[in-house]
Amino acid sequence: MDRIPILRMGRFLLVTIQIDLYDRLATNLESDLVQMVNKTGARGVLIDISALSIVDSFMGRILGNIGSMSKIMDAETVVVGMQPAVAITLIELGLELKGVHTALNVEKGMELLQEKIGADDLDDPDEDSAE
Amino acid sequence: MKADLSKLLQRKKKQILESWIQHQLVDETLREDLMSNEELREQSEELVNALLKSLSDKVFADADAPELEPVYEILAGISISRARQGFSPKETGLYVFSLKNALQEVLDEEAKDDPQFLYDSIKRINKLMDNLGVLTFETYIKGREEVILRQTDEITEISTPVIRVWDGILALPIIGTLDSARTQVVMENLLQEIVNTGSTIAILDISGVPAVDSLVAQHLIKTVSATRLMGAECIISGIRPEIAQTVVHLGIDLSNIVTKASLASALKYAFGLMKLDVKRIQKDIKS
Amino acid sequence: MKIVLNKDAMLIVKEQDVVPFRNRVKEYAVKIGMSLVNQTKLITAASELVRNMLKYGGGGQTLIEVITQGRDSGIRLTFIDKGPGIKNIADAMKDGFSTGKSLGLGLPGTKRLVNEFDIKSVVGEGTTVTILKWKHG
Repeated sequence: MDRIPILRMGRFLLVTIQIDLYDRLATNLESDLVQMVNKTGARGVLIDISALSIVDSFMGRILGNIGSMSKIMDAETVVVGMQPAVAITLIELGLELKGVHTALNVEKGMELLQEKIGADDLDDPDEDSAE
Repeated sequence: MKADLSKLLQRKKKQILESWIQHQLVDETLREDLMSNEELREQSEELVNALLKSLSDKVFADADAPELEPVYEILAGISISRARQGFSPKETGLYVFSLKNALQEVLDEEAKDDPQFLYDSIKRINKLMDNLGVLTFETYIKGREEVILRQTDEITEISTPVIRVWDGILALPIIGTLDSARTQVVMENLLQEIVNTGSTIAILDISGVPAVDSLVAQHLIKTVSATRLMGAECIISGIRPEIAQTVVHLGIDLSNIVTKASLASALKYAFGLMKLDVKRIQKDIKS
Repeated sequence: MKIVLNKDAMLIVKEQDVVPFRNRVKEYAVKIGMSLVNQTKLITAASELVRNMLKYGGGGQTLIEVITQGRDSGIRLTFIDKGPGIKNIADAMKDGFSTGKSLGLGLPGTKRLVNEFDIKSVVGEGTTVTILKWKHG
């Protein structure tokens, strides 16, 4: 069974999706990631989808699930690198990816995670749940 | 003796081509400025070759015969390219009709002593060439329409420039009515530019939009949502009092969107988001 | 009048068939010069419908057609399954409706992504969905 590799970088987990997914692969990623968050005690998850040419409602739901599940395990999720065409399609489809943060690229995503987690130590974590 | 028209014409190919080219060269509609004589010759030769090759009794009877496909294709190509090069409809039409003259001349000579055959053949050639003429017009118009469409696209492109006002801040002034097609172009340009420049804030200025109805508002909301999905923030500026009035009267909910009255205040807000501070330089007293 | 220029059929029986199917649709869309955004919308719509077909119909037959009408061209996709069918199509086309465990964005969301959307279903016999996306739609 194919699997998407998950990399660990300090307090963060890094996933780069390089191939177009079929549903099983996406569900596997969801469970693998949640397991990894638990095992490593990661505080942030960064998912790079810049190579994905489409995100349909199923993939959108998986991303949202990962965000919500990580959240209740005290980790923030950032989805980075969404292609313009994908964003336009998702909006038309009616999907807004609630529960995950978004950033333009890996670099900005990392900054955002640092910021969120830095702020976590001081503030209530619920305050930064953006759309 | 019953002569075969197709065979006859095929045999006389060289003569037909020469005659046709002569017709074209003496014609005052010859446009040497648009096309060289060699090019014209090549084009004509290709068409005559294809036409004569396809000829048979079946083709004369049926204008939709599959054998004619290559001829139609070449002819369509020629008239579309002529439309683009700027030939007039008359010039393009005469190009094809002068071939008819050439064909008839050859026939006149060959079938002088068989009036019945000559009459039948001329009729058949007429029918075939009329078909080709009609096709020429149709594809010529199509070529012209393509030119118009391309220009429309260019206008849409020009009318939505994305400006980089600051490192990380883009502005997009929208002028004119926003419809679905235009919103799509605006949205695509904006999002692509966000990716290209790595900007985190985009300002959509609608002070040049004459009216905002619920459809336009819907488009704006979609643009803002798509920008956020990509990880950037989108501010809408240039809300004139009339627009604010209609938006509220129509019951459109813009509360999820950051809106500012002017581009200046949107820029100020953007500076705030980026934790930038713009201030007047204190004059140095010593100088 | 719509003229079919090219026809291609593909059988979908398992989840892994979805990726090659999407690629095939993309190939045709690129061939007719469809813009990237419209390509993405079309493929996303196709992806939704193929999933429905696998989930509710146990797979089925797909048809990819290149269509021209006047000077416009587009891609038409047809999805035919022999599943249980949909009892109430009007309900299925409502935002937020789902019998399965999903967001219920499937059919209405898919409809918003394309220019033409047609669904026919007979309970006990199967469902046929046809979508069309114009090049400049």
